[in-house]
Amino acid sequence: MKERSGGIGKRRTAGVLLLAAGAVFMAVGIYRGEMATVFIKAVNICLECIGIG
Amino acid sequence: MRTSDQGRQGPAAMQNGAGRRQTENNRSAGRGGKKKGNRLRLFVQLCFTALTNGYAAGFANTTIYAGDLKHFCVPGLSCYSCPGAFGACPLGSLQAVLGSRNFNFSFYIVGFLMAVGALMGRFVCGWLCPFGLVQDLLYRIPFVKKFRRLPGDRWLRYLKYVILVGFVIVLPMTVVDIIGQGSPWFCKYICPSGTLMAGIPLVAGDPGLQEAAGGLFLWKVAVLAVLVLLSVVVYRPFCRYLCPLGAMYGVFNPVSLCRLQVDRDICTKCGVCQKTCGMDIPVWEKPASVECIRCGDCVKACPHGAIRLTGPADLIRRGGAVGNAGTSGAVESSADSVEDRH
Repeated sequence: MKERSGGIGKRRTAGVLLLAAGAVFMAVGIYRGEMATVFIKAVNICLECIGIG
Repeated sequence: MRTSDQGRQGPAAMQNGAGRRQTENNRSAGRGGKKKGNRLRLFVQLCFTALTNGYAAGFANTTIYAGDLKHFCVPGLSCYSCPGAFGACPLGSLQAVLGSRNFNFSFYIVGFLMAVGALMGRFVCGWLCPFGLVQDLLYRIPFVKKFRRLPGDRWLRYLKYVILVGFVIVLPMTVVDIIGQGSPWFCKYICPSGTLMAGIPLVAGDPGLQEAAGGLFLWKVAVLAVLVLLSVVVYRPFCRYLCPLGAMYGVFNPVSLCRLQVDRDICTKCGVCQKTCGMDIPVWEKPASVECIRCGDCVKACPHGAIRLTGPADLIRRGGAVGNAGTSGAVESSADSVEDRH
């Protein structure tokens, strides 16, 4: 019984840790100004995406 | 600890009348439930697509939305040049940041993909991706013969990882122009979602773009056409073999908070889950498979009710129960009976 719940518990913990790490990464990315790069790319028509350039 | 003998107790227990009746009830409930589940999923897919790609003025005026929401990524494969798109595509954004002169790693996008992956895994593919919805609808078109998989399926499934590493990460970072700017190789040469949701509507409504469209546009339309035709005969060929976003989310499937769990004490290994699964996964054996898109068809189809889809809500519920001495024992033993080894 211990082995089973331990396996599930470890995966759950790993999921929560990755979720937290993802949130920290996002905060770092926003601090570095990556959001502006995404925004500039996203508000202009991407010619590569539509198969022009 | 459960042994293989204990695993076979399921069919033995079903030999008695009560067991048989329960199985029959589960089976009929499963058939009705599957239809209901499919309708719910279709409803969620349509609503989410309308939410992320519902900028009607963009389609009417052949323009794209340029508001503040474009700072944020949406979880599914949704081209930011789609006239209806409110958000940014995570794959396009990742290539844009990796290919820019200012950055050689994207904390923002990698963090976003990690957070979504850890929370949902490929649930995004099954429930939230607009191009997944398109493929689901195409597969509903009747055809003389539908195929479970393409020839070479086992090897073709690795293609999405090659595309992820090559076209999404390495090429945009290494092949740069004289000012140090890379191209979004996946978007440029492969992405059928961009062609369908952005390329075709924009080129159709803009004479200037029509003049500029050449060989590359034809190539992208050809890729889209092949995938559209394949989607009629094989379930979600793009998700299975080519999608780098699905490949990335799939890596998180084993640890994501939303995942399938199989109760080994009830499971009889009858294989109904695999027969029902559009992605052809032996769910009873690999409930956390990297290919699983969490559509939930196996949950509804299981004649014994041995499979369930758990989510963050279960985590919160169990977390709350652990803090409550009166109920924690019952909740934990219930969790123990559910096993997920893969």
